[in-house]
Amino acid sequence: MTALQDVLHPAGIQASHIASLWGFTVAICAVVFVAILAALFYALGRAPRADAATAPDMASMDRPESGTRRIVVAAVTLSIVGLLVLLGASIATDRALATLPLENAVHIEMVGHQWWWEVNYDDPQPSRIFSTANEMHIPVGRPVLVTLKAGDVIHSFWVPNLHGKKDLIPGRTNTIQLRADKAGIYRGQCAEFCGLQHAHMGFVVIADTPEDFAKWVDAQRAPAAQASDEAVAAGRDTFMGKPCAGCHTIRGTQAAGTTGPDLTHVGGRAFIAAGLLATTQGSLAAWIADPQTLKPGNNMPLVPLTPDELRAVSAYLASLK
Amino acid sequence: MSARIVFFAAALAAALALAACDREERKLSHEATPADLTPATPRVGELQPGAPGPGLEETQNTRSFDPGNAWEMAQGERLFGWYNCAGCHGRNGGGGMGPALSDERWLYGDKPDQIFKTIMEGRPNGMPSFKGRIPEDQVWQLVAYVRSMSGLAATNAAPSRSDSTGGLTPAENDRPTAQPYTKPEPKP
Repeated sequence: MTALQDVLHPAGIQASHIASLWGFTVAICAVVFVAILAALFYALGRAPRADAATAPDMASMDRPESGTRRIVVAAVTLSIVGLLVLLGASIATDRALATLPLENAVHIEMVGHQWWWEVNYDDPQPSRIFSTANEMHIPVGRPVLVTLKAGDVIHSFWVPNLHGKKDLIPGRTNTIQLRADKAGIYRGQCAEFCGLQHAHMGFVVIADTPEDFAKWVDAQRAPAAQASDEAVAAGRDTFMGKPCAGCHTIRGTQAAGTTGPDLTHVGGRAFIAAGLLATTQGSLAAWIADPQTLKPGNNMPLVPLTPDELRAVSAYLASLK
Repeated sequence: MSARIVFFAAALAAALALAACDREERKLSHEATPADLTPATPRVGELQPGAPGPGLEETQNTRSFDPGNAWEMAQGERLFGWYNCAGCHGRNGGGGMGPALSDERWLYGDKPDQIFKTIMEGRPNGMPSFKGRIPEDQVWQLVAYVRSMSGLAATNAAPSRSDSTGGLTPAENDRPTAQPYTKPEPKP
């Protein structure tokens, strides 16, 4: 799965506002840059009026130079006007960003952890709230209100194709509103240095059609899939009997730890370990076998397993679609 | 004394000083020990705490406990919250449903291996066995933290700050500073 992470290809109205402001600013700055270079080259190209031997021309000290003054006044005025126009454009963009209509919005809570994203889908009915990790599905054309919280240190939510950055601050609640107007897969990244594995703190936003989104939500609300065969059942039993269950939740089983990501549907997610590896049984096994080599310093401990247990647990997790 | 000798002496001193920087050493992965591979005990909730059961045999752990490592201690502080030790023993080990850990009374011994055994095997009257629930490396980190709460940490590793913001204490140390430790007189 390739995910786009590109400021210049907006996929939502908020990112388009920002991209327009960026384009406008670049255009004005380009005109200014060209004008300044033109003036510089004109000055360089003028015939020299003196050399080392001639005395300095001090005549202008006594003589009014109305032409030169006019040029200076015009340039200063133009600079002020240009800066005010940019200020106006910036304020207008900010207003547009803040006034995205939020009727019928999807409410999502995102909690930043070292170094992964907890994604909770809110619902007025508590039994319908569900949690996933490092992957956010949103419906195309519907506004999304994301509540941002931090579990440990300051993180920053940034999906360049959809919006600018917004910080997640411990003890505070921030919100960001966005809307995807084009279906697609967009990569997000923590944009505030948050420790050893800041670079490996990515996530994906998957903008689906409303029908696909509703299907996905229903699937996520369901408890984990039942073990389909013996190997998978052995993996489930290993998971429950080992320290795995102390930190991770798999809804529908005894595992109810809350310090690690919810694994109820981990096999259906595109990536594991916050965008580090594509989800396959092999990558799950590699991750469980030695998390500290793949992502040094992360909070997942090495839980020693026999090869059979490792194979079973990774088969079980891969089966949790 | 020539400049060269001074230079080499300074370089040697610097190298020695750098070589001594293991207070903060982070051992991110440890060798798996055979004891880790023993079958897991039943879930904590189903276990009669302290009662002998399968998997409660003496651990074969070979990992050396490093009392001089401040980072391990800070990790232990984070885990103390994560595994809800604080639920019974209180924030900062002040005690609650379970005995206080920040005083000088040790019901089952204050040696690192004794505390390790307490956590792994459980003790009568409520301490559950965490064998199979918490990886052994993390149990050792908890041991380091538990000892630090009553001033048993080595002076050079005495906690000066918390390495993880998920810890229970603020950045500043609110645990007793390590003093040369003298065992209290047994009460009559």
